[in-house]
This record gives sequence, C-alpha cells and structure tokens, in this order.
Amino acid sequence: MMTRVAIIGVGWYGFRPMVEELSFREMMFEAAVRAYEDAGGINPRTDVDAFASCQEDFWEGIAIADEFAPEPIGGTLKPVYTTPGDGLQCVASAYMLIKTGQFDVIVAESHAKPSDIVNLHDVMLFAMDPITMRPLAIPNYHALAALEAQSYMARFNVPREALAYVVAKDKRNALRNERASYGANITVDDVLNAPYVASPLTKLDIAPYSDAAAVVVLASEDVARRYTDTPIWLDGIHWVTEDPALEFHEWSFPVHAMRAAEAAYKMAGIQDPAKEISFAEVDNRYSFKELQFIEALKLAPMGEAHKYMVEGMFDIDGLIPVNPSGGALGEGVPFEVHGLARLIDAVLQLRGEAGRMQVSKAEKAVVHSWRGVPTTTSVVAVLSR
Amino acid sequence: MPRNIYVKHRPAVIGAGITLFRRRMLETPKELAWIAAKQALDEAGLTLKDIDCVVIGSAPDTFDGVHMKGEYLADGAGGVGKPTMRVFVGGATGVMVPIAAWWHVASGHCRTVLAVAEEKMSSADIPHPQAVFRYIWDPVTEVPLQPNLIWIFAMEMHRYMYKCHASKEDIALVSVKNKRNALDHPAAQVAANITVEDVLKSEVLVWPVQLLDISPVSDGAAAFVVASEDVARRQTDTPVWIDGVGWALDTTSWTNRDLAFPEYANVAAQMAYRMAGITNPRREIDVAEVYDPFDYKELHHMEGLGLAKKCEAPILTREGVTQRDGDLPINPSGGLLGVGNPIAAAGVMKVAEIYWQLVGKAGKRQVKKPVYTGLAHAWGDLMQASTVVVMRV
Repeated sequence: MMTRVAIIGVGWYGFRPMVEELSFREMMFEAAVRAYEDAGGINPRTDVDAFASCQEDFWEGIAIADEFAPEPIGGTLKPVYTTPGDGLQCVASAYMLIKTGQFDVIVAESHAKPSDIVNLHDVMLFAMDPITMRPLAIPNYHALAALEAQSYMARFNVPREALAYVVAKDKRNALRNERASYGANITVDDVLNAPYVASPLTKLDIAPYSDAAAVVVLASEDVARRYTDTPIWLDGIHWVTEDPALEFHEWSFPVHAMRAAEAAYKMAGIQDPAKEISFAEVDNRYSFKELQFIEALKLAPMGEAHKYMVEGMFDIDGLIPVNPSGGALGEGVPFEVHGLARLIDAVLQLRGEAGRMQVSKAEKAVVHSWRGVPTTTSVVAVLSR
Repeated sequence: MPRNIYVKHRPAVIGAGITLFRRRMLETPKELAWIAAKQALDEAGLTLKDIDCVVIGSAPDTFDGVHMKGEYLADGAGGVGKPTMRVFVGGATGVMVPIAAWWHVASGHCRTVLAVAEEKMSSADIPHPQAVFRYIWDPVTEVPLQPNLIWIFAMEMHRYMYKCHASKEDIALVSVKNKRNALDHPAAQVAANITVEDVLKSEVLVWPVQLLDISPVSDGAAAFVVASEDVARRQTDTPVWIDGVGWALDTTSWTNRDLAFPEYANVAAQMAYRMAGITNPRREIDVAEVYDPFDYKELHHMEGLGLAKKCEAPILTREGVTQRDGDLPINPSGGLLGVGNPIAAAGVMKVAEIYWQLVGKAGKRQVKKPVYTGLAHAWGDLMQASTVVVMRV
C-alpha cells in the first residue's frame, strides 16, 4: 500500500500544426512504441496491467471514440478504459490504480488531431449549457477567456504588459524546445501591437492548436527499479472541478487550480511551494492564465505574480522557471494531450535530458493542466527526482 | 493479480438511488443526476459535505448533444469543488463507474465516493437516436458503408443461434422473463406480461432481431455511494463489499472476432474472479445482473462470464434456472429489456440491484434463495468491452 508511484517512460509524436502523414491511431502507436522503449523495453502485451486513455468524443468526430483505444497501444483484451478529461487525469487514475496494490504497471495515453476539425467553433458551442449558454451563440469562444482576463486584471490591477511579457517569455523559451512549433523571438511590444481577438487578448495571447499523441508509463516502486535507473517519482496528484455553470463560477481566479494544488502539495509533503519547487510546467492556453496559475499553485502570492513575472523571476534562468518548454503558447494545444505534454517536459527536465531547455536546478517540479474554456477542472501533480 | 485481501481500504456500497427510466423526461440531465444522487446519499445516511470524490459515468456525448459531458454534469452529480472524474467505455460505462469508485477508495485517495451515471437518449434524434450510431464506426473503412448498429447485433445473434443450435423461442424466453421481472421494479419503462408468441410476432427490425428482442430508448440516472471500510461500518450494518473488479477491451476490428463467444467478457470476469477469490462462478455467484440490451446477449454473456458452459445458457433458461426463484437468478431487476436502457445509468441500475438484493431490500424483486455473492456486468463499445464487479455482504 505504501508503495511510491514512478514515471518510468514517456513517448510522444507530433506537436505540429498538422500531422499529415499519420492517422490518430498511427500517432498513438508511434508514441507508445517510444514510451515502451524509454521504459526499458517493456512489452505491453505482458508487462502492463492496465491502460488509461484520455480523449473526448466530439474532438475525435467519433461517437464512443474509446473503441479505438486498445490496439495502437498494445491493450487488446486487456483492461483499458477512457477518462474523458485531460491526460493528467489519466495519470491520476493510474496513480490510484497502483496505490490499490493490485496493479504494478499502468499506461496513460492521449492523442488529438485538431487539424482534422473543420468546425471547431461549433464543437465548442456544444460544450456550453444547452439551455442557458448555447442559445447565446457566442461568436468567438475565446471571448469567455477574455472576460475572465478582464475580471482578473481588474481585481488585481494587472497591467496588460505583464500578459505580453508571458507571451514573449514562453515563445522565446519554446525556441529551445524540440517539440515546439510556435517558438519565436518576439518582444512585449510585438504582443501589445498585435490586433485583438477579444480584448484584452491578441492573437499572440492565445495558444494555437497542434496535433500530437503522448504516452506515459507509470509503475510501482519495486517494479520501477527493475526497468529504469532514473524513475521520476509522482509524489502527489489531485484534481478539482469547480462549478461548471459559467453564470456562477468564479471569473477572476481559478479556485479549482488552487484547491487541487493544496491537496497535491499536502500529499507530497510540501510546506512552502515557492521555496521547495524548482520549476513549473503550467497551463498557459491564454497568457493571463499563466499568471493566475502561478498564484493558484502558490509560487507567488495571489494577485502579485505579474510583478515577479516582469522582474524575470519565472524566466528560464530565473528563480522558479515557469514553462521552460514554452508551454501551450510554444508547443500548441493538442486538446487532452496538453497535460501529458506538460508532464513529459517536466520528466525530461528532472532526468536532466531536456537538452537546450534544461533548467539549472531540477529537483522538484509542479505540473498543472486545465482544459480550456468553458471547463473548470484542474489537475496538479508534484514530481521529484 | 493478487487476492484483494491486500487492499487496505476495502470499498463498500452503502446506498443507491435511481430515477424513473422513461423516454423524453422533462428533467435536464443535471436534474436527473441529482435526483438519483440524492437518493443514494439519503440511503447511505450522508450529505454532499461528507463526500470526498465524485465519479461520473455517461456514454456517448452525442446522445445528450453535450461536448465534455463530464464537466457539464459535474454540478448535477454533486461534484462542485470536489475531485470529479468521468469514466467511459461506451455501453459498458455503467459498471466501469463502480470500478472507478473502487479504485478511488481502495487506493486510499478518497474515503467516500458518490458515483453517478446519467443518460438522456431522447434528445439525440427523432424518432430514434440511431443516427448517433452512424458515428461509432471506423471513419475510413466503415462509416462510408453507412452501417446500422442493429445489423451487427443481428449478425452476432445469427452466429450464436447457428453455433449453439438456439432457436428464436429459446432466446425470446429471456425477453419474456425480464419484462415480467420488471413489473416489480418501480423505475421500469417497458415492464410487461408477454409471451414467447408476442416476441415472435413483433416487428422484424433486422432478422433475426425483432422489436421485443431489444431494449428501449430511455432517459434516466442511477447512483450509489462507495465508502471505505471504517466509514461503511459506521453508516450501516450491511455494507456490500466490492470484492472483485475486472474489465477488458477487445480489438476494435469486430469483424475479426468469434461472434459466438464474448471473449472480452471472459477476460474481464476472470480478472474479477481472481481478485475476489472465486474459482467456480457457477456455484459461488448467487445472483447476477448481466447486460441484456438484446435478449440473446443475456445468454451470450452468461457463457462469457462462466455462469453457464458454452451453449448451455439457452438450456438453463428453458429449465427456469435463471428465473427469480431459480437456482441462478439472472436479471431479477428486469434488466435493460424490462427496466429500460439509459446506457450508463442502466449499468449502474444493475449494480444498485445487486446491492439491494444482497442487503435484502429488493422488495418484490427479492430472489427466493438467500444470496451472499452477486455479480454485475455491462458491455459496450463496438461489441468489444466488458466490465464486471463481484459484490459480497
């Protein structure tokens, strides 16, 4: 029961605006093969106890999309299930399965091909309450995020420049990330001068989409040591859903992320995150979200992340690097893969295998994911070397 | 897979709830979810404040026409401000829900879990949500052929009849039994006193599938509360332990499978039996709720779950073994054929029925013999998924 849970293998494919050469199933296969190789050459047919897949039907354009989960990851006639949620929720369920003491090796998988979706905006309308929200036919769903941004900026006096700083930092970080398609050497002024999508968000404040598949292998402590010399420990993980009714949810601050972080830190025995966490990979689908989540994860006091941000504290060479990979602004958003992407970046950092984006101190990491508007679910994981 | 004696936080069901199963109910999905959830909480003697985690079950989003339905249902299911997770394996989702609730508690992550499943099929299309099923196939190789879901079940039924020399009359007996059982279920949608003759005379949908061989389109919700051993003992004298869980998915390529025997059900059941320490399911399972969206599926699944030998299920049915007063009562609730089939909620209805049977609260549905060990099973996806739980008092 007291076994620790380790991440022993990661694999990925894609992270490009459009993956034309492979189907989603082939992408899953490629990512799985890489992850199994990375985990010391495990055989999914014999060595894996259960498989978790994170995906949503509407994104796939398939009703009951989980039908297609088993084969590409080697899970046929084995325990496979789908959690329609972010990839990190699959990691959370894998964590629990291992903690029951009945399972030793669990695989978490997620994939997405936004480039296949021709009517993304209509799909987004279907994510809104059919009675209260959908009839409003919001012409651009990013407007919901823009309202949140307005609310957050008004409540805490956050200057527009701080948001632009986030974009410039993350796009610059992404230049060092081999998975990132959207890296760029831009300045705060470039962001401020870009045309608005929905004020205060410009096109550069909004993370673009990308196609990707990611697979993560988790194992109990004993088994992990059999396969790898560099297990990355999952010290804590928790997830919280806030009120899904847009009318009632807290617009100015993501309480869901804060509650999830508090529980994850408690599990990991972390008292003072700002002191103990060496770097963070957090959701930044929208520039202001990175500031909000830094505060929710207690890496800065509530309402003050913007001050530390513009002072460079969260730069790749700062005191607590946030999104040294560039995050979603740099890699793009591959829907439910997003959380696994953040996790993979953190695992590589902790192993010291992050290449040009390696941060100088990588002992303990916090990883966070959010599923975008109009959702209110956050997952927070604490990893250590 | 070690025996579950190593599970430190032994999970138990301590309350269940269910809405009416109907077509075109006036309540929204959120409201249906809460009606069932509230009943389950009341029976468990808990309030939402006492619940640590929430598990949501719902089959394809397309039925309700809501994208990210787990997020949408979160408030109705009581998940606001809590760790809320949705699990999904198509039609087998209903029994995946107790499995997920089991690991939430068995891992020690949560002490109490509210598990809720909801489905509203009537919003999908008029007259029948069959249109939704056009999107369940392989988008490249199968969708262009415009298959209909009942076609592949007709194929499977045909294959089973051929392989096992089962007649239409044998299979119709299942529908007769379940619809009659459902007369005693307060939530039932299509309970009826019918004869084999009625089934054979009903409209042919895709031969050999006829209208009375098949479960209806339904709206509804069902819920239950799972608690760790210490909480369960405090709340009730009759906790129902979830002693074994198992689930499995077969290949997506349904055309490559042996349609006469559900291998996936067998793999899932073996996993659950191993965990619960069951070696002879036919002897050790006292009552079972197996998935019966079609009448032949009950027979199919009894064999897959090891409750009958291959091709033996029609014989057991003919001999009355599977009746409520028989030696191995199957679907005493009335099953999907009688109570109705709001997909994920129907699976949870089965779990609730086993819980009520084991604690002796099934009222007029209570099986005649004393029962200590029960099994709930669901099936789904492209005829490829099975989920099984073994429960004990």
